Amino acid sequence: MTFPMTDWPRKLQPCIVGVGETAYAKRGGLDDRTELSLCVEAINAAATNAGISASEIEGFASFGFERHEPAVVQAALAAPLLRYASIVWGGGGGGCSGAVMLAAMAVATGQCRYAVVYRSICQGQYERYGQYRARPLWGGFVAPYGLMSPGMMVALTYRRFMMECGTSSEHLADIAMTLRANAQANPRAVMRGRPLNREEYFASRMVADPFRLYDCCLETDGACAVIVTTADLADRLQVPAVPILGAAQASGPRWTLGPMGSHNMPIEDYATTNSKEVAKAIYAQSGLAPGDIDVAQIYDAFTGLIPMGLTDYGLCERSEVASFIESGALKQGGRLPINTAGGLHSEAYLHGLNLVIEATRQARGDAILQVPGVRHSLVTSGGGTGHKSALILGQPN
Amino acid sequence: MSYLPTGMPVPEPGPEDAPFWQACQDQQLKIRFCDNCSRHFHPPLPSCPRCGSMHVSWRELSGNGTIFTYSVGYHAVHPALKGHPPYNVSVVLLDDADDVRLVTNIVDVPPDELSIGMPVTVCWEDAGNGTLLPRFRRTTSDVGGSGSAA
Repeated sequence: MTFPMTDWPRKLQPCIVGVGETAYAKRGGLDDRTELSLCVEAINAAATNAGISASEIEGFASFGFERHEPAVVQAALAAPLLRYASIVWGGGGGGCSGAVMLAAMAVATGQCRYAVVYRSICQGQYERYGQYRARPLWGGFVAPYGLMSPGMMVALTYRRFMMECGTSSEHLADIAMTLRANAQANPRAVMRGRPLNREEYFASRMVADPFRLYDCCLETDGACAVIVTTADLADRLQVPAVPILGAAQASGPRWTLGPMGSHNMPIEDYATTNSKEVAKAIYAQSGLAPGDIDVAQIYDAFTGLIPMGLTDYGLCERSEVASFIESGALKQGGRLPINTAGGLHSEAYLHGLNLVIEATRQARGDAILQVPGVRHSLVTSGGGTGHKSALILGQPN
Repeated sequence: MSYLPTGMPVPEPGPEDAPFWQACQDQQLKIRFCDNCSRHFHPPLPSCPRCGSMHVSWRELSGNGTIFTYSVGYHAVHPALKGHPPYNVSVVLLDDADDVRLVTNIVDVPPDELSIGMPVTVCWEDAGNGTLLPRFRRTTSDVGGSGSAA
């Protein structure tokens, strides 16, 4: 099967043909650059990777919180024609894979030939995520009580998950150490050279119980971009074209803003990432099952999102998640290596677009910590926000 | 003396949630109720998130409930919290209100004594501008026992 439907003409199959990024640095580390210049640099790098000129880009897609309007980015790329521009609703990373879906739909329906998905963040120049900001919807039901940070919002759901699924802080430590270990091989990773052991994890300060400092993602500056086109056009490029086998957005009933809202999700969905419907959609589109996934990039703004994501995507049962983590399945060489470049936790926090880049590299076979024989590469987007999205990428033809 | 310091953000009621906060001023907990499918829901919407009916009203609740989940904050995410000791943020599952939960604070339970399932009862505290906030305290045997789920 192929996205978006089983009998879709093969020549219209959307593919990722290029990925690119700037250097990543801790918040404030790239203050000698503007956020827009980082954005342009990442798109140029992705275009070079795809074997095209950035001026050939006609389609522009991003997701909530993006600050750079397509018509401005277009001008900075000296691209003569913008034919498609769209953005996915929602804050944070929930719409990240959804933005790739928009790009895929745009090329598959002939709206444009090459589309770019981009994200640029220079927190040194704009707001710091994690600090208080007034929320326009239902803020009065949470902020007066001191519930203001995404970390604590997700901590509430993870506390419940611990009770329902029998996980503990030890599992968070395992995950934090795995992510940090993956970053050690990655020259782009902000946390390269900073390995983490169990003692250091437990010695890190508590932020929002049960989350410690090393359960939280990085605050970074940098930019990422991904180029999408059809298989037909990709055939003319001298680069591997990674087919997008599944791409979906979804939200379950009554989720609204989930942990970022008033915490009134259905009780059976409370301790989840609201991704069960996304999972259903991408498996149906691709004709695949959870057991077919060889490597996964799970949205890890907080470590606790990973056990919840694993169960939402059917990668392990809720009753088995503790033993699955303990078995070492998520580490290099394990049954299902995750976040192989270090993730948002240890590579960089680009609202998940760096996870799409790593998933693409794993599918192409040119990742730094390459998982052998990858056929299907999963990337999930979003943790505590409204609706969620995901992709399944296949092997290049 | 309120659980969290003056200077914290205060509710800014809009058309959808003003009746909730007006009831709080009378120390009443009122939650949205669907007159079509007879179920409570929160936060306030103009229609029922289960059946879509726009025939919605308000119902007063007992103010009893149980802790559904909790966290303890150690990090000053707002200037008013600078230097403040760790505080809990709890989600309370209200009794007799289907699955409605309120984000709140438990004012009289130290962090290491919090537990999921603990019975709690509403109490009222000034948000700092005169607005009364529903917070909760541990249910004791002689207070608020009726309707409290074990």
